[in-house]
Amino acid sequence: MDIRLPIGLLFTGIGLLLILAGLITPAAHLKLATTGLNLDIVWGGAMTVFGIGAVILTRIGPRGGS
Amino acid sequence: MRGDDVHLGAIDGLILGLYLVVVLLIGWLAARRTKSGTDFFLAGRSIPAWVCGLAFISANLGAQEVIGMGASGAKYGIATAHFYWLGAIPAMVFIGVFMMPFYYGSKARSAPEYLRMRFDEKTRAFNALSFAVMTIIGSGVSMYAMAKLIQTLHVLDAPFAAVGLPQAWIFHAAILASALVVLVYIYMGGLRGAIYNEVLQFFLIVAGFAPLAWFGLKSAGGWEGIKATLGPAYTHAWQGMGNPATNRLGVDGFGLVMGLGFVLSFGYWCTDFLVVQRAMAADSMASARRTPLIAAGFKMFFPFLVIIPGLAALTLTTAAMAPAHGAGPGQVQAASVIPIKLDATTGKPMLDSAGKPQLDYDLATPNLLIHTFPTGMLGLGLTALLASFMSGMAGNVTAFNTVWTYDLYQAYLKPEGSDAHYLAVGRITTAVGILLSVGAAYMASQFNNIMDLIQLICAFVNAPVFATFLLGMFWKRATGHGAFWGLVLGTAGAALHHGLTLPLGSVPGIKGGWLAVMHTYPSEMAQNFWTAIWAWSLCFGLTVAGSLITRPRAEAELVGLVYSLTPKLDEPGGGWLRNPVVLGAIVLAVTLVLNLVFW
Repeated sequence: MDIRLPIGLLFTGIGLLLILAGLITPAAHLKLATTGLNLDIVWGGAMTVFGIGAVILTRIGPRGGS
Repeated sequence: MRGDDVHLGAIDGLILGLYLVVVLLIGWLAARRTKSGTDFFLAGRSIPAWVCGLAFISANLGAQEVIGMGASGAKYGIATAHFYWLGAIPAMVFIGVFMMPFYYGSKARSAPEYLRMRFDEKTRAFNALSFAVMTIIGSGVSMYAMAKLIQTLHVLDAPFAAVGLPQAWIFHAAILASALVVLVYIYMGGLRGAIYNEVLQFFLIVAGFAPLAWFGLKSAGGWEGIKATLGPAYTHAWQGMGNPATNRLGVDGFGLVMGLGFVLSFGYWCTDFLVVQRAMAADSMASARRTPLIAAGFKMFFPFLVIIPGLAALTLTTAAMAPAHGAGPGQVQAASVIPIKLDATTGKPMLDSAGKPQLDYDLATPNLLIHTFPTGMLGLGLTALLASFMSGMAGNVTAFNTVWTYDLYQAYLKPEGSDAHYLAVGRITTAVGILLSVGAAYMASQFNNIMDLIQLICAFVNAPVFATFLLGMFWKRATGHGAFWGLVLGTAGAALHHGLTLPLGSVPGIKGGWLAVMHTYPSEMAQNFWTAIWAWSLCFGLTVAGSLITRPRAEAELVGLVYSLTPKLDEPGGGWLRNPVVLGAIVLAVTLVLNLVFW
């Protein structure tokens, strides 16, 4: 099994859920004063990119599991 | 802190649910490849180095790390990083470069089994028994911390109220649920299920804590803001270490370097089967040696992930308590992040000896999370916390089931069973071990500070045993009788030292001094370090003395078990970057730089 696949899928899933949270949460509840940006969208985007990258690596990267 | 809205949205719940599904999926995938005892207990010795390396960190990344290091960060400042740069990295390099050839090369299935091959049956039995007790306590503490946290953060209050369950059940439900999930994936996939989940948990913990550290630091005004608000005592790791009175840890430099940097650190990282087992699962000797080195390469940056949130939380709290000091205008109304400890019976704030209110440091990191993260990220943060608890617990459970099955059950109860029989015993042991951990979790509610408990156990068990492994691997003259009596008396010495000394301001009892108070240490940490130093020295001295008066084993029997009698191995292929010595040197050099930067 290749652990990068479950990791990639989980990160993509969480990333997309975070982006969704960032889009539907009212601005008053986004704690913009503490972070200065829509953290849900920014970090959700980063996690989605990482997740897709991990899935791609299962195809082209070196061995990822036993 | 109840002022901040802590309601979890549907998306937070979905993130947590998605994580649990993937965790169980990994257990199921691993189960399909788990057909023999070797699969279940050693993951078939088939795991690549980077997977083992990340699992090596994760297995250790339980409650004591994520919550405890944040708490210590708030309590002691950046000096907490000594638990990494001094108390972990050098030992991780040492085991990778010098000790792994004997662990992996001897084909022992566990650390106690190495002791049987090198010394004798009784040394193995003593080590296996004390280790089994320690893993159960460790996993119980992890579970307790998690359940307590979920209760304290009130994140499940609303869902429980909605279905009409009493709030008192939240603690029990949290313990039961986490125990059940860990049980399922280890029962199915054994060590392979645990290791692959640990890698997933590693990435989740980083994904949850990196933004927390970054934005926590930012809202505290950056490193400069922390410095300005808290002062140099919190922002220097080494300054003032000459005298216990001039540093926040309350330890002397010798106690720190010898106790933490040598005995406790090497005792844990170089002998504790919980971590060693991850390297033993590697697919080759070269991978096994690289495992702790890869882990160290990540581990040295963990202070930024787990200690900085504690420091940031304290900075915000201090700024909120004394608006004139530090924080700029506009930040003054920031809620106090770390709550004040309240007396359980009177409900009044607890005061320290100087009359200032005591802070509940264990909530520094979790409350910063609630303070900083919006809904969505909150779900991710809580999932990361849960992941850390599960990985810590699973590490203990897999180590326990292996040591019980091979070193106690097979050794003393049923030596001639089939492989399928031991596989079945391993699965049953997993369930029994988790049940015992649940018991330990309820026992752990007796203790205030998780770190103190862990340190105490390490001092009793890990500190003396490092002398045993060290002499076993590097001194061919060491004998079984010497090792056994050194170990027994070293452990007894640890208990004796704890029973005769007391940290300043404590009453005799669990904190020490239960025999008589012959010496008072400036802090609990100093007492722990010195307990470890005494235990190790006693074990080392008595093992040497005992070995010299007993008959040594024939040298031919010790090939592959002792350094001087084992031919140096040729590392197959790979560039210089795969050479453990080169990797180790790089890791140590970067660690040195980190120490100088935060001097």
